[in-house]
Amino acid sequence: MKSFGRTKALNGVNLSAKPGAVLGVLGPNGAGKTTAVRILATLLRADEGTARVNGFDVRTQADKVRRSIGLTGQFASVDEDLTGTENLVMIGQLLDLPARAARQRAAELLEWFDLADAAKKKAKNYSGGMRRRLDLAASLVGRPPVIFLDEPTTGLDPAKREDMWDVVRSLVSDGSTVLLTTQYLEEADALADEITVIDHGQVIAHDTPNGLKRVIGGQRLTVHPAEPAAYDNLVTLLSGIADGGHAPEADGRGAVTVRVDSDEVLPDVVARLRAGGIAVDEFSLHLPSLDEVFFTLTGTRSHDARESDSDSEEVPA
Amino acid sequence: MTAATIADVPALVPAKRFNPRHVLVLARRNIVKSMRTPEQFMDVTLQPVIFLTVFTYIFGGALAGGSQHAYLEFLLPGMLGQTIVMTSVAIGQNLHADIDKGIFDRFRALPIGRAAPLIGAVLAEFIRYVIVCGVSVGYGYAIGFRIHTDPLKLLGALALAVCFAACFAWVSVFVGMTVRTAGAVQGVMMLLIMPLTFGSNTFVKTTTMPGWLQAFVKVNPLSHLVSAVRALMLGGPAGADIGWTLAWCAGMLAVFFPMALRAYIRRA
Repeated sequence: MKSFGRTKALNGVNLSAKPGAVLGVLGPNGAGKTTAVRILATLLRADEGTARVNGFDVRTQADKVRRSIGLTGQFASVDEDLTGTENLVMIGQLLDLPARAARQRAAELLEWFDLADAAKKKAKNYSGGMRRRLDLAASLVGRPPVIFLDEPTTGLDPAKREDMWDVVRSLVSDGSTVLLTTQYLEEADALADEITVIDHGQVIAHDTPNGLKRVIGGQRLTVHPAEPAAYDNLVTLLSGIADGGHAPEADGRGAVTVRVDSDEVLPDVVARLRAGGIAVDEFSLHLPSLDEVFFTLTGTRSHDARESDSDSEEVPA
Repeated sequence: MTAATIADVPALVPAKRFNPRHVLVLARRNIVKSMRTPEQFMDVTLQPVIFLTVFTYIFGGALAGGSQHAYLEFLLPGMLGQTIVMTSVAIGQNLHADIDKGIFDRFRALPIGRAAPLIGAVLAEFIRYVIVCGVSVGYGYAIGFRIHTDPLKLLGALALAVCFAACFAWVSVFVGMTVRTAGAVQGVMMLLIMPLTFGSNTFVKTTTMPGWLQAFVKVNPLSHLVSAVRALMLGGPAGADIGWTLAWCAGMLAVFFPMALRAYIRRA
């Protein structure tokens, strides 16, 4: 448990990751994700409860925990006035690598993260994506067996996000254990072996991605009619293909969303739309948004619940 | 490059918890950073020149029987004490900014001694202290200041001033770890530094002041530093003031080092 003043940031949260696997921690802003990571990374002390990282207790064996972990936060913590190389060499030296080994390790990581050309540039001149990669590289200097990635793709554009996913996958194939926090079900689904969903400092679900999707339904099909007049016909039509008797939902901007079993229904939907003479200007298949996940799991929209106690926002830095 | 290279690095040697090498690595970081933002050196280069010029030529005629030269000799040791104490404002501000930017989270998650980033930052300040000493004495010589003792005593005087500044820096580190914004560091530090520097024997002889002020000036640590430096540069008995200065140094370190470290660890 961890409280900030009167706000309980974490309350009875159980997280466990299998060695060599990715544990995804999914939750909205203020759910307690960053607090949990900071406790596990020895930056914060829990008021109650225990946590072990790589077999070491975060409270009594903090030094051994620190030797086992790499931490990449939501806000890239690199030194802006230093170059890419200088940042990584400094971390290497602080991890007691001999100067030559530290330089060699820095060069390897810069190469691996596609930063070799920017190695001699100050980090303040890096783009957002480059900074994130340098930050991640800095967490990997000591080859830690456990890696914390706190919202590693928040604020990155979609192409950069996929690059980051590839990096995470190769870390795991190397045998690292990864704890990844995210606000995107899509990201947790793409990377995690198990997903823990938290909100308001409490675990509300824990399952494999497939198990979770069985509960919340898989993909969603969203269709926006070109003519508002066709809306009712569209709802009737989509009711026919919806998965498991879930009624189509209106999204408030004139579009209709239904749960679907698989993308195999798409040709059928297109054929029915054509037969019904319904023109559409949006037709998309996607995983449920975090909001939809929360609505399904808890019956409340995460936003509504959040606005009443915005004090529980995670503490930055 | 393939992921295999990640596993190719030799296993790390387990380190002791506190390692002086970490302090040097972190001090070097601070030095490299300040070299890249030369405007950070303004308070140790331009400031002593401007202060020495302004006070010597504005007050000199009125205060030392009309002799600006005599006033310069009286003033320079005090000015050295004042400017070297004022340099401490920057370290608190810089550390506060470092913590805001998140780089200290990385240091905290590394297996290094808790105090290493703070000690490293203070160590890096020595460069600035040496510059203050060089500029103050160098510029002083250019406008007519001469020591009446010997170079060894001059070095002793400068070393005492540097020692005082390095201990006083921990006050600023503590303030930097405690206040909410980097801007507030300057406000709080100036509130401390102003009475210490002006309420001392830097500008005029203590005997010209009212009794209540004399009482403060006599216990003011900066007065002891200035008296000691003055004696070491111009001659006269320095022993007692050196002793008092060193005692104040030890006191500041004993109080503010643990307080700064505690505030740093708590600032999560």
